[in-house]
Parts: sequence; C-alpha cells; structure tokens
Amino acid sequence: MKKSDVVLQLTEVVKVYKLGEQTITALNNVDLTVFKGEFVAIMGSSGAGKSTMLQIASLLDNPTSGHILLHNQDVSSYSEKKLAKIRNQEIGFVFQQFNLLNRTSALENVALPLIYTGVSFKERQRRATKILEEVGLGDRLHNTPNQLSGGQQQRVAIARALVNDPTLLFADEPTGNLDSKSGEEIMDILSGLHKQGRTIVMVTHEEDIANYAQRVIRMQDGKILFDRQQKPKKSK
Amino acid sequence: MNFVNALKVAWKAILTNKSRSILTMLGVIIGVGSVILLVSIGNGLQVYIEDTFEDLGSNAIYVYPTEVFGENGFGQQDERSFVAAKQFSTKHLQDLQRYRRQIKEVLPESVRGTTVRYRDTQKDITVTGTTQVYENVRNTKTIKGRFFSDSETRAGQRVAVLGYKITQDLFGNSDPVGRTIRLKGVNFEVIGVAEEKGGGAFGGPPFDNYIFIPLEAFFRLFDSTDINSFTVQVRNKEEIPEVIELLTEYLEETDNRDAKEYDVIDQREILDTINQVLGVLTIGLGGIAAISLLVGGIGIMNIMLVSVTERTREIGLRKAIGATPNQILLQFLIESSLLSLVGGAIGVGLASLASFLMVSLADFPSAITWQSILLAFGVSVSVGVIFGVAPARKASKLSPIEALRSE
Repeated sequence: MKKSDVVLQLTEVVKVYKLGEQTITALNNVDLTVFKGEFVAIMGSSGAGKSTMLQIASLLDNPTSGHILLHNQDVSSYSEKKLAKIRNQEIGFVFQQFNLLNRTSALENVALPLIYTGVSFKERQRRATKILEEVGLGDRLHNTPNQLSGGQQQRVAIARALVNDPTLLFADEPTGNLDSKSGEEIMDILSGLHKQGRTIVMVTHEEDIANYAQRVIRMQDGKILFDRQQKPKKSK
Repeated sequence: MNFVNALKVAWKAILTNKSRSILTMLGVIIGVGSVILLVSIGNGLQVYIEDTFEDLGSNAIYVYPTEVFGENGFGQQDERSFVAAKQFSTKHLQDLQRYRRQIKEVLPESVRGTTVRYRDTQKDITVTGTTQVYENVRNTKTIKGRFFSDSETRAGQRVAVLGYKITQDLFGNSDPVGRTIRLKGVNFEVIGVAEEKGGGAFGGPPFDNYIFIPLEAFFRLFDSTDINSFTVQVRNKEEIPEVIELLTEYLEETDNRDAKEYDVIDQREILDTINQVLGVLTIGLGGIAAISLLVGGIGIMNIMLVSVTERTREIGLRKAIGATPNQILLQFLIESSLLSLVGGAIGVGLASLASFLMVSLADFPSAITWQSILLAFGVSVSVGVIFGVAPARKASKLSPIEALRSE
C-alpha cells in the first residue's frame, strides 16, 4: 500500500498506568499502521492492552510516550481543544456500553456531535434522521434509550458515530453487551460500512466477531503477538 | 455548541431533578427576596419621611429654643414642660416679618397640652396657638369649614380648627362646624376640621390630635405671651443658608441670646440626618440578608458538585464526541447561573408580593425600585457564576476516558 493510504500510525507507543505502588505497562512500544478502508480487529485476552491501544488510537487517552499520526500529522502534542475537534470531525466511536444520554431521544443522541461541530438545528435534524434511517431506525426517531432494545441502542450509537462522516470508526467490544442475534445485526452493519469503504478498528475477544474483519491483530502483555490478513466472513 | 444549545441542555438538567433544583434555589430565593424586601422597606421609609416633611412645609427653616422638649417631654399635661427653654415673643414675630425680601412667611407656634370638653366627652389634646399662615406653610387643608382668617387671628377670636382624629373622638360622624367646645373651661367655636395628616413632628403627638386656635386667643387662654418656635418659609430654596445666617445674627443682636439657647435649622438638615441613619440601617439589614444569599450560593455549589459527579459519564461521552473543555465549562456555568437566576426571579416575585401586601393590608410604606430588582438579578447571576466555577472547572478537566470508565 502507498504511504498516502495511511490513515493512522502509532509509533513506539508506551502507556504506563500507576496503581498505587505498582506500575502497569499496558502498552509496551507498539507500532501500528492502519490503511484507508481496512477493517481491523484487535484481539487478546483481558489485560493484553487492546482497549488501551484503541483508546490511544482514537485520541481518548494520551500515551506515556510515542507518537500518533493521523493523515501523517503528529497529533500527540495537540491541545485538548484541538483533540476535541479531531474527535468530533475525524473519529467515530462505538462503545460496549452504548453510552447514550438517558431521557434523550434517539434523534437528539445522534445529533449531539453536530452541536459541537456548530451545525444548525435544521441541518442536525436532517442528517440525524437520514443516518438513523440507514441503520434501520427510521421509525424510532423519538424513542428514548430505555424504550429501545440493546441492539437498537447500539445502532443509535453507530448512527451517532457516523453522523459527522468520520475518517475512522472505532468500536470497543461493540457486541459485548448484546445477545448473539443482536450482535450479528450490529456486525452486519459494520461489515456493510466496511464494504462502503469505511476504515474500522474494532476490539473484541470473540473469534466469531473478529472473523468479520479483514485484518486481525492479536495482542499479549502490551505487545503485538501477530498481525495478519484474512478473508472476512460474509455478511448477509 | 452555542449559547442557546447550552441553555437548553442546562434547562433540561434542571427539570430532570425538579425537587432538588427547587430546594437548591430556595437559598437564593430567600436571599434575594430578603435583600429586596429590606431595601424596599428602607426606601419606603425614606419616601414616607420625605412626604411627611413635605407636609410640614417646604423651603422652611425652624427656629427653636434649644431645649424644646423640656424635662417632662413635649406636649404633656404639665404646663411647665417648656420652662427649661427661653421663649420668643410677639416682638420677634414682628421683627422677623420685616425681612420681606428673603422671607415669605413667618409661622409662630405656641404649643400646650390641655383637655378639651364637648358635652360629656373629655380628651387630652395638644393646643397650638398660631396664625392664619399655618394653613399654607404647613400644607394643611380643611376638609370641613375653613381655617381662621387674618382678622380672626389679629382679634384673637375664640375659634378653633380641629385635627382629624380629635373630631372623630368628640363628634363621631356628625358635623362639628358651628358647635362649641370647651378648652380649659373656655368656650371656643369650631370653624373647621383639618385633613388627616398621620404622624407628628419629630416624634411628637400626631397632628390629627391637635386643636389649632389663634395665637392671641392662646395667649389669653394660658395667660402667657411665649412663642415656642418659628417656622420661616423662604422665598427661594437657594437662599436658605443666607437666611439662616440672617436669623442667627438677628437673634444674637436682639436678645443677647447665647448661641446655645436656640437652634436655627432647615428641614434639609433634619431630613439628611434621618436619611443618613436610614441609609446605614438599610445597608446594614441588606448586608445581613446578603449573608443568606451567600449561603444560597454555597448550596448551588454543593449541588453542582453532586451534579458533576453524577454526570461524569455524560461529560466523558460529550468529550469523546468532540466537546472542548471550554464547552463543558460553559455548560455547567450556565446551569448554575440558571439555577441562581430562576431562584432570583422567584425571590423578586415573592418580595414584590410581600411589599404589595404590606402596602395594601398594613399600610406600611414599602417601595420596590427597579434598581433593587436589577441589583438582585445581577447578584444572583454572579452568585451562580462564582459558585459554579469550581464544579464547572472540575467537569471540564475530566479526562474523557476516565470519565467514561466511571460508574
């Protein structure tokens, strides 16, 4: 692949946590390059550092040392304000816990990032409605999270992650809180997005889920154990 | 995130915890309400006193013997209550009336306490011997009959104008004009009733309990030619200091009166002193009430800290999807300001209501001014901002991932 196709690059990233007296090295000198249009699954057992890597790659957390390059721009030393703007416009994030706002309709939840972008009310409504229709919730616009099933809530969360048309979509155990049927639905949506050309980085510990990806990275003790391409599982 | 969106989010957060929000506002409501109410009572008293002085006559200078009130007080039964003071005489009156260029009117007053009798009713009252100029200088209209005339004054006719209340006490609702009352056993014809005036001068008995008779008649009735005081009405307000000097000089020359035996003061001076005292009192009471505003502010800070802790995940999410630290700061500042502002508005409303009730039910003077309302709003917004800063800063500094991890 060409250098111009590199979307995200982590070089020599170290993350050390301090827990009282103990120091835990969650990431130990990790290098990672993600190309445009890839669907990457990061696997590993609990404590292997996969979630930490995802959080640092998605600019939610700062590395202890090392560099993060987004579109070949080193963003490691950016201010909180600049990082917030990048998270808003370049990155979409899907959480295991959905993290929707309670007592707030699906539509408003999806429109939330656009408020911080500074999009007008009318345009926010239009774009949020369109994207909710794309994930099959066109008839649930005004339902609040507690009126939706887990699968539906995660679809709202995906819509929210996509509403600003981000370069990169991150997903942390997106099916972890769902039954297998809902999980499959979510994975079908993600596969679909991949086919449309979106770049997705996903953390999971389930083989089944990782099979949807086209590239699998396995981590252990804060290091990358292997990194290989695979033929992604067919989605419906 | 613009201001309107932040306002909407804040309003929603306040409505989400209705009872908690109301309890938090209560501190500000009480604080703002009591500050406004106390200030408005102070202002009302000031207006009331200004009005009373206006009733006493404007552009006036008072000339009193120093010990006006004697040992036993003013207007009591004891006829010697004025013994302590040196008195003026009709000579002074005639002399003063000569300064026509600066002085418009000279009003002499002699005051004694005595009893009045009408048929079987007997009352203790205050009799004022004065001249026909009283009506204009003291701004006292008659609601029935008339005030005594120039000729009646000069002749010392036994005619009387009754205060409003003493008329009620003696005659009830029947018309007193033309009836005869007995003052100290001497017959006087009632020729008029003065309008209701309310309070008395400088803590004296209320004017509504006064009976006014011509000065000459007073001299004969009490067998004395003493005049207790003069009220000098000047032609021009600006000339008051000049006239005071003139009067002082005159009194020094005529009687060799010692400067300490009488006071020559204008009403501004008295009014200024009273206003000064009232002003200090209002500020003092307002200050005490402001402490409750401070307590209200601490209540807001407390609840905002709770709110930040409760909504840590929400803050984390907002940051994860692109909220800058300043946007989070603004959101929580607006929320605390809104709490305080709504509390302030309710406080202003309650204070206005209380003030209205005081005026309409208790007839207590209370005047809410625009300035005090604006001040209260300003203060309550500042309270919201000042006490909201710490919680809002705490929220804005949260790391997104740690906030999201919290339960």
